[in-house]
Amino acid sequence: MGGRDATMVLLDENGIRCDGRKVDEPRRIMIKAGGLKNADGSAYIEFGDNKILVGVFGPRDVHPKHMSNTDTGILRVRYHMEPFSVGERKNPAPSRREIEISKVIKEALEPAVMLDKFPRTAVDVFIEVLQADGGTRCAALTAASVALADAGIPMRDMVAAIAAGKVADTVILDVNNEEDQAGQADMPIGYMPNLEKITLLQLDGVLTPDEYKKCVQVGVDGCKIVYDLQKKALQEKYFGDGGD
Amino acid sequence: MDNKRKYVIPGDVVTTGPFRPEQNVILEGNKIISTTIGISEIYDDSVKVIPLTGKYIPKINDLVIGKVISHTSLSWELDINSCYVGFLPAQDVFGRDFSAHADELATKLKSGDLVAARIANFDRTRDPLVTISDRDLGKIDSGDLIKISPSKVPRLIGKRGAMIQMIEMATDAAITIGQNGWVVVSCESPEGLLKAKKAIEMVNEKAHVANLTDQVKEMLESKGES
Repeated sequence: MGGRDATMVLLDENGIRCDGRKVDEPRRIMIKAGGLKNADGSAYIEFGDNKILVGVFGPRDVHPKHMSNTDTGILRVRYHMEPFSVGERKNPAPSRREIEISKVIKEALEPAVMLDKFPRTAVDVFIEVLQADGGTRCAALTAASVALADAGIPMRDMVAAIAAGKVADTVILDVNNEEDQAGQADMPIGYMPNLEKITLLQLDGVLTPDEYKKCVQVGVDGCKIVYDLQKKALQEKYFGDGGD
Repeated sequence: MDNKRKYVIPGDVVTTGPFRPEQNVILEGNKIISTTIGISEIYDDSVKVIPLTGKYIPKINDLVIGKVISHTSLSWELDINSCYVGFLPAQDVFGRDFSAHADELATKLKSGDLVAARIANFDRTRDPLVTISDRDLGKIDSGDLIKISPSKVPRLIGKRGAMIQMIEMATDAAITIGQNGWVVVSCESPEGLLKAKKAIEMVNEKAHVANLTDQVKEMLESKGES
């Protein structure tokens, strides 16, 4: 994967990070709703150097039938990285890591989607990572939520996600690949901005209780920035430039 | 646009206060939150959001266009462009003296046939039951099928059927609109058919445009003169 460069300065004396960002500055984010004709809903996100495409199908018949639930619809998520998404070819078969991320994204979306109106059906979310550069699970979750809204699946709220972390003993927003490899902590956060609820929180690294609180705060603030962009993407597709 | 109507996305607070939540909104504390992308409308005591996207959800008494997928010896299954298949029992077609031995379902409806049907019964425990035993229902013998987004069906019908009447008058076409987004157009003259199809597709694409009726009218008339 690279990135472990002993001479690299993660945070210089002016508070500028290795890719020129400030501590509380996210990477460039571009979200586009729609784009896939054959999917019921879709979204494309560029999150720094991450490029992710999401397609949503459903509600539709469940196959295999035994997975269906007579009380509610079910949500199925597949997170998949393309072989060319990373430096060295990735085996396209689902890895341990991809299975885990599929599961956490599914569980992060479940509080938002209201599938009890569609018993015996399934909503399928397919996430394809075309290019990965750290923080793909957050970017994928953000895009998946836009794609679900585009498909017209009833949702209590959008889910926005971004990672907070710690490098050089400083709490930062939006951890990139280098900071993830060499940094001290990485904390992906998924957040529903209107309901003010956290749906995803993982932590890899060591933080003091104070740092932990600060990380959550920084992450939640970051999610609000991401949410504004999600909103903009959907407004652009459905209401033209006018908005409201 | 007056202040009662607003573009919303999931999670947006439509309003707060003592309103009754209707379609596509939920009550969370004292806030009324939209659950879909659409246009919110606030009435005297209730709030609803008209969706701009989403699949067709069957409703009792809806007229739908269905396509026969298959049949057993007792019933047909119809594709009604929804997440559920329409269930059409043989008794509905053959009458109460239907006998699984004597009557062959394929003589009446084959797979691939289009039917105009009405949703007779639907609840969350089973697939929608449809019926074709009513006036104007039954097998559709001729016409072209156009698929539009189910969320744009109300726009195609227009206020009290204004839009669809206008298209029918201008083209002499007979148009059957299924609430599930499938539309059958039949017309004696090929030009009328083409024009009607074009008009329907125009509504599908430009459903959010304000004075769409005028635009469609203009299109219909301009072609008529040439």
